[in-house]
Parts: sequence; C-alpha cells; structure tokens
Amino acid sequence: MGRRILLTGLDTFWGGRVAAALEQDDDVEMLLGMGTGHPSIELERTEYVRADNSYSLLSRLVRATGVDTIVHTFLVLDSSSMSGRALHETNVIGTMNLLAAAGASDSSVRQIVVKSSSLVYGSHPADPTWFKEDTPRSRAPRNRVERSLCEVESYVHDFAVDNPGVAVSMLRFANVLGADIDTPISRNLARGIMPSIAGFDPLIQFVEEDDVVRCVEFVVKSGLRGVFNVAGDGKLPVSEVASIAGARRLHLPPFFTAHAAAPFVRARLLSFPNELEDLLRYGRGIDTTAIKEAGFTPSTTAAGAVERFAQSNRLRRTVGDQLPHYKYEADIEAFFKHSPAVVRPVGGHAGHTNAGSSGDRATGHDAPAGVTRRARTRAAAQNPRGPSGSEDRPNVGGPLSH
Amino acid sequence: MASNSNRKARQPQAGNGSEIESEIDREVDAPIGSLLRFPGGDPSDRLQQTDPARRGDVDEWGRSEHMRRLIRQLTTPMYQRWFRVEWEGLEKIPRHGGALLIANHGGAIPSDAPMIMHGIEQELGRPVYGLADNWFRTVPLVGTMWSRGGGVPAHPDNAHRILHEHGDLALVFPEGAKGPGKLVTERYRLRRFGRGGFVETAMRAGVPVIPIASVGAEESMPILYKSSAGARLLRLPYLPLTANHLVFGPVLGTVMYLPSKFRFRVLDPVHFDVEPGLARYPRGRVMDEAEAIRQNLQENLFDMLAKRRSIWFG
Repeated sequence: MGRRILLTGLDTFWGGRVAAALEQDDDVEMLLGMGTGHPSIELERTEYVRADNSYSLLSRLVRATGVDTIVHTFLVLDSSSMSGRALHETNVIGTMNLLAAAGASDSSVRQIVVKSSSLVYGSHPADPTWFKEDTPRSRAPRNRVERSLCEVESYVHDFAVDNPGVAVSMLRFANVLGADIDTPISRNLARGIMPSIAGFDPLIQFVEEDDVVRCVEFVVKSGLRGVFNVAGDGKLPVSEVASIAGARRLHLPPFFTAHAAAPFVRARLLSFPNELEDLLRYGRGIDTTAIKEAGFTPSTTAAGAVERFAQSNRLRRTVGDQLPHYKYEADIEAFFKHSPAVVRPVGGHAGHTNAGSSGDRATGHDAPAGVTRRARTRAAAQNPRGPSGSEDRPNVGGPLSH
Repeated sequence: MASNSNRKARQPQAGNGSEIESEIDREVDAPIGSLLRFPGGDPSDRLQQTDPARRGDVDEWGRSEHMRRLIRQLTTPMYQRWFRVEWEGLEKIPRHGGALLIANHGGAIPSDAPMIMHGIEQELGRPVYGLADNWFRTVPLVGTMWSRGGGVPAHPDNAHRILHEHGDLALVFPEGAKGPGKLVTERYRLRRFGRGGFVETAMRAGVPVIPIASVGAEESMPILYKSSAGARLLRLPYLPLTANHLVFGPVLGTVMYLPSKFRFRVLDPVHFDVEPGLARYPRGRVMDEAEAIRQNLQENLFDMLAKRRSIWFG
C-alpha cells in the first residue's frame, strides 16, 4: 500500500509546489491538500478540501482518510502579509490543532514533516557565526513571526517526545529566493531596491525554492527524524545580493530604522517587516552539516539562488509574467478526478514524461485547464475511494464523503 | 634582535614553497578552510571558482581579502617603524594545528590585537583569527570593517570551529573590555580573566593555550580619565580621555598612537590533560588553570617591565 499524505496550505505557494512534486511519486497513493482558498496551481491528482485549521475538522479528516503522513507547509513567515492575530491563529493554533489531531489515540499518522524557518534563531550581535540545530537563540524573540515560530517548534518538539512512534522532522530553511517565490526580499528586489542599514553589511544565506521542495520531498520519502537546517552553501553580504540582483541599495539610517522605513512601506515602495530589519543588521548563518550528512545536498548555492531570481526577474521585466493564471474550477476538477468518462490508463506510467521538475513552470500552461492533463498514475487509478466520489461537493474532496 | 633571528630561522622553511603549496592544494576541497588560508592565490578567484554566481570576495566569516590587503598595507609601517615590534619565543607557536593564543590587553583603543595578528601572519605565515567582543557588531561601519578585516565574534562555537575543525590560530583577550578600559595608573595589572571560559574552550577543542605577554600597548594610548556618564550616554564600554588627545588634539588623538616600543614574549604552551569534546569541564579545574595562566602572564609582564629601560626605545 502506498503512502497517504495530508498537506496543509495547498492554496499557498509551498503547498502547491510540494503537492506537485509529491504527485509525481508512485509510492504516494493518496495526496490530500487542505487550504483556506482554492489551489493556485494546476494539480493532477491531489484531492483538495477547503478547510480552516479547526481541530474538529482536522481530527475527522485524519480519521476519515487514514493518512500516514502530514506535511505541514502552512506556516506564515512574512509578518507584513497578515495581522498579528491572524498570524498567531494560522501558525500556532493551526499547528496545535494539527498535532492534536495527529496525536489522537486512534491516529494512523506515522510521520510529520514541518517546514519551519531559520527565523527561529533570530538575529543578534551575540549570535555565533553558525547556528547548529541545538544552538539556542541569543535573545527571546521580539517580533511576532519569530515568537509564533518558536511556539510552533516547541509544540512540535513536545509532540515528538509524546509520540515516539511518529517520525517528526522539522526543517529550518534559510531565506528563500528563486524564480517564483514571493517574499519581502524578493518583492524589494523586483522593485529594483535592496533595503540595507547604513554601516551594516551582514552575511545572509539563501536557499533556492526548488531546493526547498526537493528537501521536503526527500524528508517525506526518507522518513528522517529530527531538526535540520537547510540552506544553500555560502553566505552573501547584503551588498552582493543587491549587486547580483541588479538592485540599488536603499540605505536606511542605523538609528530609528523602522521609523525611517515607515513612509516607504506605507507608500508600498518597500517591504520591511520587523524580522527583516534584524536580519539586515546582524545577518544569520545556519550550519547545514546535519542535513548533508543525512543525504540531502542543495542543487545550488546561496549566490545561485539569488542569480536564479535575478534571471527570472529580468525575464519578467522584459516579456511579462509567463505564468498562466490558473483558476480553480471545482466542477471541472471533480470531473477530471472522478468521472468514469475520463480514460485512465491502468498500470501506465505515461504521466511522467512531461512532468519536469516541481519548479517547471512550462507544464501545459498554454492549453486550457484539463485538456493536456497528464495521465493518471496507477496509484490514483487504483484508489478505490477516488472514482466513487464524483458527486462530492466541490469544496470537500472525495475521501471525506465516506 | 629576537625577531631578526626568528625571521632568519624561518627563512629556509618559508623558501620551501612546495610544502606550503601542497598543503594549500590539499585544503582546496574543504569548503571553508580553503577560503581562509590566504597565502597563495587570490581568494576571490577561488570563491568564484567554487561558486560562479559570486561577485565579491567576502567569505563565510565575513573576511574579505581585499580588505585584509588594505589593512596589511596600513599595519606594516606601524608594525615595523612606529611600534618597532620585537618577538621573543615565537618558535613556541606551532606551525600546524590549532592553538588558542591569549594576551594581556591595553590602550584605550587596543593596538596589541592588530600587531599580534599581523606579526604572526608575517613571521609564521599563518592566519590568526581575532575573537572580539560582539559589541563591535552593533557599531555601524566599525562592525563591518572589523568583520571584513578578519575579526570573528567571540562565541564559544566560533572559537571551537576555528580551533578544532579548521585547526587554526585564534587570539583572545581574556580580560575583555576591562583590560583596555583601565587607567594609566593601573597599567600592566591584569584584570580578572572572565570566568575562565577560554580554558574551557581550549580543553574542548583539545588545543593548547599559548599566553603572550605584551608590553608597549598600554603606553601607546594611555587613559588619563574615564567618563562613566558619557559612556552610558553613548552606550560605549568606556569613554576615555587619553594622553593622545592632549598631544594630538581631540580628533587625531582618537586614532593616532604614541610611538611606544612593543615587545611580545610568547610563553610556554599550556597543555591540558583532559579529554576533548566534553560538554562540560569541572569548574574548579577550569578556574585553577585560568588563574595559573594569569599568574604566569603577570609575572612575565613584571619581568619584562623590570628589564625595559625606556617606554619609547625599549
């Protein structure tokens, strides 16, 4: 029997990317994505359930689908994207409910993978040049993203202690850059500016977005346990990031920095959340020896991630956004997933020819949704629950109706 | 004198370039260590060889070889002409493997640190990482320059990485800011050696501690008066009025040293007979070792001062 995976935040960038990557794996029998909105990219066989993070729904979901793996990608790392309260609800309460559902006495969950961030280490002058996974942070978190992530991690840690039978892994990623990812840094760079604090040129790390997906995939498949730092090799000074990305540095004063940035932020010329200010002052380095020894090597370096962003940014500036605007149509999705009218090659693996990497943005983008769909994989076709769910409500995927 | 003999003594070895080069070649595979060994080759080239997307030459510690070169150009005349540095017992510093160098600290803006680092770099041809208080990092511009020039924040993890994993030399001043922040009347009287953390670091890394007694730095910028209210206001460790301010004026006096004669005496390496890599070492043992090193350093300082005939001419 294949893996049955529950994915959080399917409507977010990471949820969609990870789902697209896991879909390619024949060992994955069933992939169920949760999200508060519709999926933003076209997915082949991922079941989708529109749900918030409330406990009652989660525990029902876990029980009904019998998932053995939970991939938790839905942690908000950008405090400028939502209010403090919403961020707390999403990160802390959401994770708490998820873990409670996964830890129920009759739970089928055997593995949990949490996509966390190196923000849990903070940025402080007393920091070591390299954080190992067990190095404590130098100062208690003072901004809400870091505070919420630290709380999340403590819940995950407690869960791992209480449930030794579940393989729990927490991946702390450095700042992500790449072709498509939208972060405060990428937004600034896309506007052609790199905020920096006058007199400071700290070293920061980056990891390429496809490497993030590959790493999550690697951990899901290998069943690795524990906490791991993930970053591309090398560290870059902020000035060099600006230089590679072709951005002009916006020098903010070293004192009253946030106040000086506020007018720019309000005019939407700059993204400058609190957590970015600390990073641009003191930088951060995480030691990635552990994940490398476990067998995962990032495909590109920190500078390579910035370079990849710069190339895609230049392309976007020249020819506009190449990504088609995918719109989730519930009826169409339900039809292609579950209608007996759709021909599904049993035992065929034809679906992987045009798959490309998870980050391949060219997959069938100029055809209408559903026309150039990849053939179903055997695992999906043999899923006894799938086809029978054709009459499901569009906002609740197949398995839940049983 | 002593430095000359040392320089002569190491000439044959320095001339034996193949040995050094082969060592560098061997190190190229190591991702961090290779970049930090600066004799031979332009590190910025090497950085770009391993990572074509890189544009600058700043390595993972924040060290820039261009900045190092600039600093070397500035320090060389100070080292040779201004302070006329002389070494004693330089052969006690190993040519290979990690060692934790410690020294007494003096002068309002301590000049001993760059001179010791520059001296060992020049005389032995191996880099020294100066571990300094992370207060530096909070100062705009100064913190960046210090990091580009090879300074590393004094954190036990950083020291361990340099000493144990890279097998390099690290230099610390166990007195901390209390060393340079003392008045001219208290010069060459060692302050408390922190809580002996440097001994524990050396024990854990399995490297010896090599004390260096330094004479001259105290008189290169002696503190006549300290303003504690001003220091609090400016958030400085101390706010001094130095003799240099009186001689060179308020601006130039802040950056200009008096030409005192520098002498460094390398003391016998202290090896600890303990198992390396432990999470904790007996506190009493650590304190005893630290105190013994401090006593020895103090005695040697008094000995050197007793033999010194002139502050300016040695």
